[in-house]
Formats: sequence, structure tokens, C-alpha cells
Amino acid sequence: MTDWPILSAVTFLPLAGVVVLLLMREDSAAGRRNILNVSLFTTIVTFLVSLWVWWDFDYSNPGFQMIEKHAWLGTGISYHLGVDGISVLFVVLSAFLMPFCVLASWVTIEKRLKQYMIAFLLLEVFMVGVFVSLDIVLFYVFFEAGLIPMFIIIGVWGGKDRVYASYKFFLYTLLGSVLMLLAIMAMYWQAGTTDIAELLAYNFPRQMQTWLWLAFFASFAVKMPMWPVHTWLPDAHVQAPTAGSVILAGILLKLGGYGFLRFSLPMFPLASEYFAPMVFSLSIVAIIYTSLVAMMQSDIKKLIAYSSVAHMGYVTMGIFAANTQGVQGAIFQMLSHGIVSGALFLCVGVVYDRTHTREISAYGGLVNNMPKYAVAFMVFTMANVGLPGTSGFVGEITTLLGAFRANTWVAFFATTGVILSACYALWLYRRVIFGALEKDSLKSLLDLSGREKAILYPLVVLTIFFGVYPAPVFDATAASVDLLVNNYTAAVQAAQDVALSAKMTTGRD
Amino acid sequence: MNAIIQAIVFLPLIGFLIAGLFGTSIGAKASEHVTSGFMVIVAVLSWFVFFNVALGETEMIRVTVMRWIQSGSFDAEWAFRVDTLTAVMFVVVNTVSCLVHIYSIGYMHHDPNRPRFFAYLSLFTFAMLMLITSDNLLQMFFGWEGVGLASYLLIGFWYKKPSANAAAIKAFIVNRVGDFGFALGIFGVFVLFGSISFETIFATAASYLPAEGAAEGGEAVINLFGMHLDKAHAVTAICLLLFMGAMGKSAQFLLHTWLPDAMEGPTPVSALIHAATMVTAGVFLLARMSPLFELTEDARTVVVLIGAITAFFAATVGLVQNDIKRVIAYSTCSQLGYMFVALGVGAYGAAIFHLFTHAFFKALLFLGAGSVIHAVDGEQDMRFMGGLRKHIPWTYWLMFVGTIALTGVGIPGTVIGTAGFFSKDAIIESTFASHNVLSGLAFTLLVVAALFTSFYSWRLTFMTFHGEPRASHEVMHHVHESPRVMLVPLIILAIGALLAGVLAHEYFFGHDYTHFWQGALFTLPENELLEEYHHVPLWVKWSPFCAMALGLVTAWYMYIRSPETPKYLANQHRVLYQFLLNKWYFDEIYDFLFVRPAKRLGTFLWKEGDGRVIDGFGPNGIAARVMDVTDRVVRLQTGYLYHYAFVMLIGIAALVTWMMLGSSF
Repeated sequence: MTDWPILSAVTFLPLAGVVVLLLMREDSAAGRRNILNVSLFTTIVTFLVSLWVWWDFDYSNPGFQMIEKHAWLGTGISYHLGVDGISVLFVVLSAFLMPFCVLASWVTIEKRLKQYMIAFLLLEVFMVGVFVSLDIVLFYVFFEAGLIPMFIIIGVWGGKDRVYASYKFFLYTLLGSVLMLLAIMAMYWQAGTTDIAELLAYNFPRQMQTWLWLAFFASFAVKMPMWPVHTWLPDAHVQAPTAGSVILAGILLKLGGYGFLRFSLPMFPLASEYFAPMVFSLSIVAIIYTSLVAMMQSDIKKLIAYSSVAHMGYVTMGIFAANTQGVQGAIFQMLSHGIVSGALFLCVGVVYDRTHTREISAYGGLVNNMPKYAVAFMVFTMANVGLPGTSGFVGEITTLLGAFRANTWVAFFATTGVILSACYALWLYRRVIFGALEKDSLKSLLDLSGREKAILYPLVVLTIFFGVYPAPVFDATAASVDLLVNNYTAAVQAAQDVALSAKMTTGRD
Repeated sequence: MNAIIQAIVFLPLIGFLIAGLFGTSIGAKASEHVTSGFMVIVAVLSWFVFFNVALGETEMIRVTVMRWIQSGSFDAEWAFRVDTLTAVMFVVVNTVSCLVHIYSIGYMHHDPNRPRFFAYLSLFTFAMLMLITSDNLLQMFFGWEGVGLASYLLIGFWYKKPSANAAAIKAFIVNRVGDFGFALGIFGVFVLFGSISFETIFATAASYLPAEGAAEGGEAVINLFGMHLDKAHAVTAICLLLFMGAMGKSAQFLLHTWLPDAMEGPTPVSALIHAATMVTAGVFLLARMSPLFELTEDARTVVVLIGAITAFFAATVGLVQNDIKRVIAYSTCSQLGYMFVALGVGAYGAAIFHLFTHAFFKALLFLGAGSVIHAVDGEQDMRFMGGLRKHIPWTYWLMFVGTIALTGVGIPGTVIGTAGFFSKDAIIESTFASHNVLSGLAFTLLVVAALFTSFYSWRLTFMTFHGEPRASHEVMHHVHESPRVMLVPLIILAIGALLAGVLAHEYFFGHDYTHFWQGALFTLPENELLEEYHHVPLWVKWSPFCAMALGLVTAWYMYIRSPETPKYLANQHRVLYQFLLNKWYFDEIYDFLFVRPAKRLGTFLWKEGDGRVIDGFGPNGIAARVMDVTDRVVRLQTGYLYHYAFVMLIGIAALVTWMMLGSSF
């Protein structure tokens, strides 16, 4: 164990980069290069520190570790940080994706590069902050604040309909945030604390659990996003710059799933059990509905965005299956999706930078002059399809197994997703990559540059590595997930026993 | 021994990586030699393992490689399990793969993408080996989908052809439909047995069902799709789900549509993947799971039904096809049906025996067809062939051997016969002898299918090699015999096609059965098919022979004696002919039932669901209202951003204030 505040370090390290950036000027080529170098350096160092967190993490301890706690504002709120098996890998994932975002923006961002990088570094602070917060107010602040840089990134550096997209993004999230804030107030009122560790141990009354669960659900379901509150995502993705899409798909979407695991399931087990069938239905609809919609898209980014919604359906399904395989699979699926969908958006960025179009019909036959790109894209497509040997498979099969144990119908419908994902993903690949190279606009395209190889190849390696040897992730999450599932089962069981004995008592009377 | 098994499995992977990653830098020649060289080593080692495990005294070998997915009680490892069944598959897969690698050096000679081709071939071999050595169902699923990937890549190898791309996608997706069932079956096995490792499943399965008349055992063990199933019915349901996977991979009736289209790939691929190895994975799966299938008569009845229909249906379509590869593809489909019937009636040994012999003669026929196509400049339509016998005599005689092996030429009651004679007759006789409710129907369909098999095989031979040349003068001028690198693999396969039956039948499904299989195939004590099939009536033994002879005579009459008859018949029975020529219209029906509705539904959900309903009543509707009220649209996004930050700050301020007040009380 380290005795220095490593979690604060990993959270706020990007701020140091922000300070340096503020002092820099963007008026020359050298200035631009310096800004990029500082940003890249900051994100890489942050990633290395996050690896240290993972290295130091004690797999056998199911509780919170690396705790930092300081009183704050002289109120019940405290500055309380810590990680457990559920959150630690999200910290690593967030820090991991950032250097790729910087690299992906190397040449494409032409105006206001400095502000752009500052927005990204702030975003990193808030994202990591969400995962390490152990105080619910702190969590809320990070959770909501993180959206502001995202708005700015879409609204300023986005495509031509960026205003509409960020507006839609705003409108959806606003509703959820307000309800969540109310729920947090109610929790404080009831339990007298905002400390997550204490709240986890507190038993909320059944009636109240229902309302709190719904309020949190409103916020998390939008973030996931679950059907039918998903329509902001395709627009946001389409308009966002490549790096923005990577963060959106890679990390922002995981906030919802993380929230379910941190709050809904452990704090409101009875409500979770009560609402599980609803979540299952929405997940199944998401998987089938958005897969079908994805199939008919004509815009590459939109297609991948819809496929993200479908993949998040597996996550919500796994979480509310509430057994070891379901929850562990959901966590794995989120991490894997962070890598794979991030990589897919980076792949789109590669060709978008060359042709400035995302229309599928504008492509075709890229394999002829971009064979390396074709290989990388193939690996990520197969991971998206859930081919065994890629990380996508591991998450899918474990969540499906969890769902099968909870309810076979759910598994039945969700498994149709493996057919549908093959339809839209392979069809996309065929239209973009295969075929003869006939379009004049494509004939002069060059294969991956050195920078693009540096972005895509590590992701290819990781996708296959975690598909073949996912044990590091499962080991890290096992203890905490067991604790979560056991507590959940015990709470549900206890409530059933009470209800049963109550029934028997009344029956005897 | 462990090292040998690891070498067998991983050498193709290394070959794939070398040819795939460095193919362009080391060049095509080096890629060919590396991958083919590895395959020669692997093939030799496979025979070594076969002699040790199947024929020798070595017991089942288990090699653990690495952990894979472990979540709670669910534990899947990377591990190899080598028993006789695997050893047989080793020999089949690696021998054919090795010969196909070598053959391809000649066949793909002009192709600029040879490194990629050989990389894919080796990738396929690796995935297939993972499948057959698997120690648990999940690893089998890995190999299962891995061969699917390799098949997808190889069918679409000539990616400039739209038809090849379409066929590749079709193969992958139809297989996925089967995998859908397979995956659910795996989950079901896990719920029933608490494990997906074969070791545990087989150990539990033996005593899984309660004895007749036992008191307990009636209660439901699983709630599957709303049905509360007791142990016996649960096993039936699980086996049917697994069988669905097998139907996809082995192109059985209803999920067969991808196999004929898969002929878009280069011909060596058709020989390796779509004839000898991958498509038999379904047969392997059922044989591997024989301890489960043996417990459920109902599931096996379904297997018999589907198998028999496939054998018959595919043979009927094969009668009228004009593309040389498609005829052989439908023949493969039909022969796989035979294997499934054998599995269904409980003659697992006969099924694997047919798998074994079929690999030799079907690979021979495909590679022979490749040699023909090579000779006539890529022409595949038999209507433009004819009279090639004199020009390519080696190919002709080798194809001839393949044909007599496929049609099962041999004299019943003696040991004189080709490979197909032994294995196919064993299946037909076992079907007759079995006590399955459908055995009568299956027997009839199989004998009729044998007649058709003989007809279309000889039709192929006669149309291609006999009669007057129908190709253009220019093509005929160029016709040339294939180089030695292509003929030698054919000769080896021809030897197998002639001798595999007579040498191996006692082991696979005869006197040495028990010693040979060493429990790798499980049969209940009451399953005495092995003994009973010897005692079928004489007319049953002669019926496949008669069917074969009748087919030969008919083909001879229609294509040599009186070549006008086929055209006359086709005109006479227009509807029937079109029905068969269009493969019973399955593609059209599926397009109508699934493909188009899915596309229409997708568009509908997108435009109407997402667009009109959700966005219309959601954000856009609200925006419209907001705009009505405020009536000014000034810098929308920054405005909202400020609102948002403002709301959030107000909220936090309120919360903090409230808490301060709260704590002061």
C-alpha cells in the first residue's frame, strides 16, 4: 500500500497539464506542437499512475482501498476517495483512452487547439473523479461536471449539426440530473450521511427504495443509454470530433452502468429485484431494436453508435441478472466495449480525415489500397460481432450466461443479438472495405500512417489479449462482485423471509 | 506426448502468424513453404498420435494450457483432450489440410495474394484443431466460430467479386443462427450440470437420469422458455439446442443455404473446409456429446428426421445442377445427412466412419474438380465441358476413383469395396436395424438418396469427361493436365478413398469397436446396434447396391446413350425441374421471410420509432414548445450550457445549505 494520496494524484494530475497549457500560446507551429506534446505527456503520465493503482490493488479485498478521507466544508460532506474491484478498472480505462484521444486529434483540430486540449484534460479529471468518489455529493459533482466539457467539445469542435446534437444531449441529461439530485437529498435526509460506504450499509425502507431507484434510474438510463432514451447518442456521436466519440463511447456510457453497480443494485436491492423484469425488457428491446436500426444506417458513425446502444443492452441485462456471471460479465463488457467501440470510432476517424465523409456509400474497396487498415478494422469488427478470441465475446457470453440463469427467455431474446450484430457489422465491413476500388475519390488514399498505427495496433493487441486471457479483469473484479451479489441475494432473501413469515402469521391468525 | 499435441495445435497458428504478418516481406514462395512445411510436420505427428491413442494402448490425454474465463463457478480453460475421437479427427483434418496446402501451391500459382491465402488456410486449420481438441464446450465454441471466421475469409477471398462477398456474409450469418442455439445449449448444460467441462458432464450424465420407477426425479430442474422441465425433458431440450448449432455448421436442412454459395471460394477451400473438415464439425459435436444424446430418444429422433430429409433433399437438388462444384457441394450436404441419421439412430461409430471415409473421397472429388477447372481456364459450368477424358487422363481416373468411392461400389457380403461402400452401407443397415420410430422412413429416404447420389455422380463424370467437347475451340486448345504438385495430393487421397473402408471398418464399427474407441463414444447397454446391423435381411444389404447400379445405368443412358433425354424430361416436367434447379426456392423464401422484413423493420424503427415517436414527443417536441414560448433562438447551445451549469450549481448550493442547516440542528 502506498501512503501518499495516489487516487488524488491520478484524478488531479491532468490539472497540472491544464495549468501548463494555460501558459502556452498557439500562434505558431511550434506552439501547436508544444501543446500537443504537453497534453500527450500529461495523459501518458496519468495512465502510468493509474496502472500503479491497478498494480497496488489488493485482489483479495472486496471492500474499498487506497482510501483518502478529509472533512469538507464543515458539513456532513467529505472528500472521500477509494476504489474497489468494481471501480478500479474504470479508472485505468479512462486514463488509458486519453492518450489515444490526444493522438487522434493530432492534425484534425485546426482551431482553438489549446482550449480543446484543456477541455479534454478537464474531462479526464471529472471522469476519473466519478469512479474514485466515495461521497455521493462528490460523485454528483464529478458526474454532472463531466458533461460540461463534453457539451463544449461537441458544440465547438463538432460537425455541422453540432448545435442540435448538444442540445439533445443537454435535454436528456438535465431531466435525469434533477431527479438524481432530489434522490440524493432524500437519501441524506433518511440516512443522515452522504458517505457511500455508509450508505451501502444502510437499509432503506422498501417504499423509499422504489422512488430512489427510479430517480437514479432516470439519470443512469440516459447515460447508458437505454432504449427509449437513447436517441441523443447517435446524434452526439455523429457530430462529435473523433476523440469526443471515443470518450463518449469509451467512458461516458460507462457512467450509467457504474452507477447501477454502485448505487441501484447494492443500495436498493429490493427495488432492483422488483424492477429487474422492466430492465430486462428494455435491454432486450435495446438489443433487437437498435441492431435492426443499425443495419439500415447510411452513416458509419451512426451505425456504430446504434451498435453501442445494443451492446449496452447486454450490460444492463447482466447487471440486473444480479448473479456473479451477469455482473462480472457486465463489467467486462463495459471495459471491452470501451476499447472496441473506441477503436471503431478511431477507425472511422482514419478514413474521415482523408475523405471528410461518413457516408457508407462513399466508400468501397478500401482493402485494395489500405490493407493494414482493413486488418485492424476487421479485428474490431469481429470484436463487435463477439467472435470468440476477442474481448467482445467474453463479455457477451458471460452476461448471457448470467441472464440465462436469471431468466431463460431473456437469454433467448438477447442471444438473437449475436445474429443481428453479425448482420450489421459484416455488411458495413463489406460495403466499406471489400469490393473493387472504383470510386475516384478513394484511389489516392494512403494506408495507415505511423501515428495511426501507434493508435490502432495497441488496441488490436489488447482486444485479442483480453479475448484470450481475460483473467486479469475477472480476478480484479471477483471479490467485490461476490460481495455485491451476496449482499444483494441476502437482502432479497431476507425480505422474502419476512414477507413469508408475515403471511404465515396472518394465515395462522 | 503433451509436447507433440501442443505442436500439432500451435504449429498451424505459428504458420498463420508468419504468413499473415510477414507474408508481404518474406514473399509468396516462403509463405507457401513455411505453412505447408508446418502442415506436413503436423500431419505426420497426427498419424503418430493416432497410432498411439486409437490403435495403441495410450489412454486419453489431457493437456492444460492456460486459464480462460473464470467467473464464479463457471470455469472454462484452454485445455486439450485427446481421445480416439480426437485422434481420428486429427488424422482427417491434418491429412486433408496438409494435402490441400500442397495442392494450393499449384492451384493458386497465378494469384497475387498467396501469402494471405496460405495464412487463412493455416488459421482455419488451427481453429479446427482447437475445436476437435476442446476439453469443454466453450473452447469448442471458440473453434466453432473460429472456423466460421476462416470460412468467411476464404469464401470472400476474391473480395472484388460481389457474389463472393455476399456468399461469405451469408455463410457467417446462417452459421450464427445455428450458433444461437449452440450458445443457449451451452448455458443449459451449465445450469444442468454445473460445469461445461466434458469430464464433469460425462461423469454426471451417466447417472443423471433417475432409474425407471424411481420416486424422485420428476421435479423440474430448469425453467426453459416457460416450460418447467424435469431431468429427462431438460436433457432433450438441451440436446436439441446443441443440435441446432450442428445444423448450422453442417449445413443441414433449413440451415443449408450457405453451403452451395460457399463455392464462391477458391476450390481448395471447398475441398478442405466445405467438404472434408469444417462441415463435419456438427457430426463431431454430436458424437462428442454422445453421453447426453444417448439419454434422449426424442432428440435423436429429430436428428434422424433432419438428417434423412437433408440426405434426400440435397440429392434431389444435386440431380439438376450444372455447376461442377455445386453438384459436389449438394453431394456433401447429402452425405452429411447420412452421418446425422447414423448419429440419430445411435450408430455413432458408423457416423464417424463415414466422416472419415467421406473426407478422403470428397476432398478428392473437389480437388479433382479444381484440376478440371484449372484445365479449362476457370470454367465451372459442365454444359461447357465434355470430352476431357483424353486431355487430362490423370484427373479423369482420379475423379473416377472418387466417384466409385462416393457411390459406394462394392460387393455386399465380401470385403471387396471402396471406402464409401463400407461406411454408407453400415449407416443404411444400422438405420434399418435400429428401433427408432423413424427408422423405416429414414431407411427409405437414404436408399433413394443413394440412387440419386449415383446418378448425379456419374452424370458429373459423363458430362465432364465423356461425349463431345462443348467448350470453345480456344479453351480446348489450352486444356492441360495439372502439375505434379496438384496430382500427388490427389493420388494420396485416391489411395485413401479406395482402401480406408476395407482397412478401417472393423475398428470404427466392427469387431474392434470397444478397443478402438475406448469409451470415447458412449452407448447405453441397451444400444446393441453394433451387433444387430450385421443381421439385417439380405435384401437390405443389397438395396444400396441396387440403387447405386440403377443410378449408374440411368446416368449412362441419359448422358451417353441418348443425350436428348434430359432436355426432353426437363421440358416435360417443367415445374419439377425449375423447383429442383432453384434449390426448392429456399433462398427466395428466406429472403421473403427474413431478410426483407428485417430491413423494412429496421427502417421503420429508425424513421418512425426513433424519429417520429421518441424524438418527436421527446426532445424535438419540447424544443418546439420552448421555441413557441420564448420565440427567440439565439445561440442555442451556449445558452443551454449556461442553463445547465446554472441548474447544477443551484442544486449543489441548495444541498450544501440544507446540510449546513441540518448539521447545525
